[in-house]
Amino acid sequence: MVLSNQFGISAGYGKIKMHMKNSNQNASKISATCPACGLLCDDILVSTSPQLSAEKACTKGVAFFQRANINENINASIAGQPCNLDAAINKVVEILSGSSQPLIAGLGTEVNGARSLMRLAQKINASLDHMHSESGVHHTRALQNGGWITTTLAEVKNRADLILAIGTDISSTHPRFFERLVENSDSLFRAEAPEVVYLGSEKNSALNHASLHTLPSMISALNALLQGKKLINSEIGGMSLEALQSLAAKLKNAKYAVIVWSAGALQMPHAELLIQSITQLIAKLNETTRAAGLPLNSGDGDTSVNNTSTWLYGYPTRLRFMNGIPDYNTARYATTALLNDCDALLWVSCFNPHLPPSTALPTIVIGHPAMQFEKTPDVFIPVGVPGFDTEGLMFRMDSSITLPLKKLRNSTLPSLSAVIAMIETKLAAGVSA
Amino acid sequence: MITLLKNGIIYDPAQQKDGVVEDIYIRDGRIISKPAPNETIAQTYDLTGKIVMAGAIDMHSHIGGGKMNIARMMLPEYQNQYQQKQLEEIKNSSDPEVHICTPHCSHHATPSATDTGFRYIEMGYTAAFEPAMLPINARQTHLEMGDTPMIDKGGYAMLGNDDYFLRLLANKADQKTVNDYVAWILNATQAIGIKVVNPGGINAFKFNQRRQNLDENNPYYQVTPRDILQSLSRAVHDLGIAKPLHVHCNNLGVAGNFATTLDTMSASSGLPMHLTHIQFHSYGTEGDKKFSSAAAQIAEALNKNKHITADVGQILFGQTVTASGDSMMQHLNAHHANPKKSVIMDIECDAGCGVVPFKYRDQNYVNALQWAIGLELFLSVEDPWRIFLTTDHPNGAPFTSYPHLIRLLMDKTFRNEAFAKLNLDAQAMSNLNAITREYSLYEIATMTRAGAAKLIGLNDRGHLGVGAAADITVYTDQADREAMFSKPDFVFKNGELVVKNGQVVKVVWGATHTTKPAFDAGVEQDLKQYFDRYQTIQLDNFKISRDEIESDGRSKIISHQINKKDQA
Repeated sequence: MVLSNQFGISAGYGKIKMHMKNSNQNASKISATCPACGLLCDDILVSTSPQLSAEKACTKGVAFFQRANINENINASIAGQPCNLDAAINKVVEILSGSSQPLIAGLGTEVNGARSLMRLAQKINASLDHMHSESGVHHTRALQNGGWITTTLAEVKNRADLILAIGTDISSTHPRFFERLVENSDSLFRAEAPEVVYLGSEKNSALNHASLHTLPSMISALNALLQGKKLINSEIGGMSLEALQSLAAKLKNAKYAVIVWSAGALQMPHAELLIQSITQLIAKLNETTRAAGLPLNSGDGDTSVNNTSTWLYGYPTRLRFMNGIPDYNTARYATTALLNDCDALLWVSCFNPHLPPSTALPTIVIGHPAMQFEKTPDVFIPVGVPGFDTEGLMFRMDSSITLPLKKLRNSTLPSLSAVIAMIETKLAAGVSA
Repeated sequence: MITLLKNGIIYDPAQQKDGVVEDIYIRDGRIISKPAPNETIAQTYDLTGKIVMAGAIDMHSHIGGGKMNIARMMLPEYQNQYQQKQLEEIKNSSDPEVHICTPHCSHHATPSATDTGFRYIEMGYTAAFEPAMLPINARQTHLEMGDTPMIDKGGYAMLGNDDYFLRLLANKADQKTVNDYVAWILNATQAIGIKVVNPGGINAFKFNQRRQNLDENNPYYQVTPRDILQSLSRAVHDLGIAKPLHVHCNNLGVAGNFATTLDTMSASSGLPMHLTHIQFHSYGTEGDKKFSSAAAQIAEALNKNKHITADVGQILFGQTVTASGDSMMQHLNAHHANPKKSVIMDIECDAGCGVVPFKYRDQNYVNALQWAIGLELFLSVEDPWRIFLTTDHPNGAPFTSYPHLIRLLMDKTFRNEAFAKLNLDAQAMSNLNAITREYSLYEIATMTRAGAAKLIGLNDRGHLGVGAAADITVYTDQADREAMFSKPDFVFKNGELVVKNGQVVKVVWGATHTTKPAFDAGVEQDLKQYFDRYQTIQLDNFKISRDEIESDGRSKIISHQINKKDQA
C-alpha cells in the first residue's frame, strides 16, 4: 500500500518549472487554465515549442494564447521612446507623485495583480474602476437590491434539465459552455441533454423573435403568468401569449431550470431592473420546484477583481480611496465620469491589448505586450500575460471556483505585481527623500 | 533575547492555574522555563495586578470564503455605516494617532479580511477558525484568510452533502474507502477538521426537498443523515485527527428541533461529535406561540453525554447577517430577511450557501427567547471544557460583541437587567433570571482558550506552559467585564508585542493550522475519473499546495499531529 501524507507540488510553481524543462527538451504539453473567458477551462493542453498549440481551446482561447505568444523582448517606453524598466518606473512615480486624484482603470488582471493595485490605490488615494464594470455593476446592483438564487457550472452540467438564455446566445462570449455543460454525455443525474430556449438572442429557436428592448415586457409577462395572472394581450414583446404560456409551463415543470443572462449583453439603461425581474422569476419558480440563475461575466478578470476588492476593502468596484478609506459608489466612480474628475490615468490591461480610453490626462499604461497605441501614452510598461508569461489566480464566472494560472513559457516580462511593487518602493523613497 | 512578563495573575486552566501570581519567560516566540541567572533578560513587563491568559481562540467564526464575500458584496451599507463612524471618531479626536475603531464598535457584521484580523487581536484573540470551508471553494477561503493579518487561522472542510461522498455511502463503500476520501480532503483543502452542515439536506434541496429529518432518506441516494453522521464521525475518529466531527444539525431554526438535536447526539454511537451553534437547535413548541426554550433538555443531555461538545452561537440584538452553508434552511428563512434581500446558491455538486441579513430585536418574542435560550445553555452546561463561547459570527452577532457576551455570563445583575428589557411574553417563557450562576475568570479562560485549543488539537496554543507559543493576552481586572475584555493592556503574538491598550502597534501575519492524516494514494484513481466525468475542473487544480499558502512569505502552514492508531 502506498501511503502518502502530503501532496507533492501540484498546482504550484515547481511542477511548472519541471514541465518547462520538459517542454524545452521534447515539447511536452502543459495542462493549463485558459483565462480568455469566465468559464476558465482548465483542460487546455498547451505547447509553446517548436510552435504554439493549445488543444481543446476554443477560438477565443486560441486567440488569447496566440496574442500572448509574441516576442517578449518588448521594451518599456516613455512617450513612445524605448527605455529601460527603471526609467519607466521613475516616470510613473513622477506622474503619480504629481497627481492628487489618480484613476486606476482597466484593471485587466487576476487576484495577485488586483491585490497589488488595490494596495497602491489605498496608498495614493486613487479611484478604481474595471473596464467592464459598466455592465458588471448591473449585477452587483441587482445583488444589492434584492439578492438572487444562483448556481454554478457543475450543477448545470449534472442537473439542469432546461436552460433559458435571456438576451445572450452564451456561446459567443463563453464558447465552450454547450460543449462542456450541455452536450456532455456524462452526467450524474440527467439522461439526456437539457432543452435550451433563447429569449432575445440570435440563436435558432422558436422563441428568437424577441429583440433586446422587448425583453423587459416579456419577462414581466412570464412573471405575471407564473403568479397565475390572466393576460389580455395576445402578443407581448413580439411573442404570442401561447408561446409565453408554453414557456412558463416549461419552467414550472422543469426539475432544475437554469436561467442564464449576461449583463454585458443587456445594453440598456438600468439593466439591473431587468435582471431583478429575472431573479424574481427564479424566486417564484423556487416556491414549487428548483431553478437557479447563472449570470455571465464579461471577462478580463472582472470577477477576480470584484472578489479581491471585496475581501480586502469591503466593496466590489467602483470605489475611491479618501484618506486611505474606500468610498463605494457604482454611479459616481465610473471611468467615463472620472476622466473629467481625475488628474492622471493608470490603465491596466494584462490579458488583452485593450487600449485606454481617449483622454488628455497624463496616461500610464501597464499591460499586454501586444498593445499598439493610437495615442502614445506618457509611459508604457509591458508586463507578462497571466496564465502565459506569469502565474496567477483567477476566479471563474460563478465565483465559487478559483484556479491557478500557470507560467507557460520562459519570459523576461515582469509580472504586474512586480512592477507595482517597484513603483511603491520608489514612491515611498520619494516621500522620505 | 528573553522577555519577562513579571508578577502577572495567571489563569491557565490547561495547567490548573487559577489566579496564581507567576512570571512568564519568552524566547524566540515560545514560553520557556526560568532561565539561568547568567542569562540576560532583554525586556521586562511589570504585570503586577494584571490578569494574564493565553491568547483566545475562536473555534467557530465565519471569517472567510465565498459566503462571507457574498455577504460583504450584498451589504455595502454595513461597511458604509461603519466608515461613517470611523470618520466621526477621527474628527472628534484630538489625537492624530487615534485608532479607527473603538472596542465597543460591534455590530459590524461583514468586516473585510484586514478588519477581521485587527478586531480580533484588539480583543486578545490570537486565532479564529472558519468552520464552513467548501472543499471546492477552499482556495478562496485560504486567500481571504491569507489576507487576514494578526491572527492564526484554519478551516473545517465541509463534507456530507457532496455527491462524491453520498455516492460512496449509497454504494455501500467500506469505511476504509470513506476514511481515505476524508483524509484526502483534509490534505487537499489544507483543513484541520471536518464539518457537516444539515447532513444530506443541502444535497436534498437540490432535488427540491425542503426539510430533512435525521432518519429520512435523501430523495436520490437513499441514505439518511444518521448514516452520514455515523460514517463521517467514524472516519474522523479512525484517522486520529483531534477535532471531532463538527456538526450543524438538521432543522436549524425550526420550532421543535430540539428532538432532532437530542437524536443527533446518539448518531455517532458514542464517538466524539461537536454540535455547533446549538442555540439555533434548542427550540421547543410549547406556549401560545408554539416556540419555546428547550435549553434545559439540551443542557441535560450535554451534561450526560460526555462524548459531545458544543458551542452556543449566542444571538445578540442588532443588525447582522446570517451566512451559512445550509441553503435548504436559509431558503426557508429568506422571507425573514432584514433588509429584504438574500442569496441562495447551489455549489458544484459539493454543497451550497445561503446569505440572509437579519436584525435581532429584543421586543420580538422569538428573538428575545433565542437570546435567553443561548444564555440558559451557557449557564446550564456544567463543564466549561465542553461548551464554547461563540456567536457563530456573524450569524448570531458579530464576534466583536464577545466582551458583552462575557459580561452577560459573568455578571448576574447585568444579565437580569438586560433580561428585564425583553419582550414580556418571552420573559414569561424563560427561567433565565432564576439561574444564579456567574462564570469565573478561570471558566472563561477554559471555554475561550484551553478548551478550544484542546478541541481542535492545537497542542502548543491556548495555554501558558513551557513550550507553548507565546500568544498571550494581558488585561486589567475590572468589575465591568465588558470593558475589561474589550481592551487588553497587552497582546503578544508569538512573543511579539502587537497590541497595547487595545490598539495594534505592530502588524504581523499568523499561521494556517492544518492536519494531514495519511491516506491510500489509490483514492485518487476513482476521484480522477469522477472529476473528469462529472466535475468542471481538473483534480490537480482542486488540490491546494503548501506553496500557495506560504509563497507570499507571510503565512506558514502548521501541521498538527495525528493521534494515530495504525491505519493498515
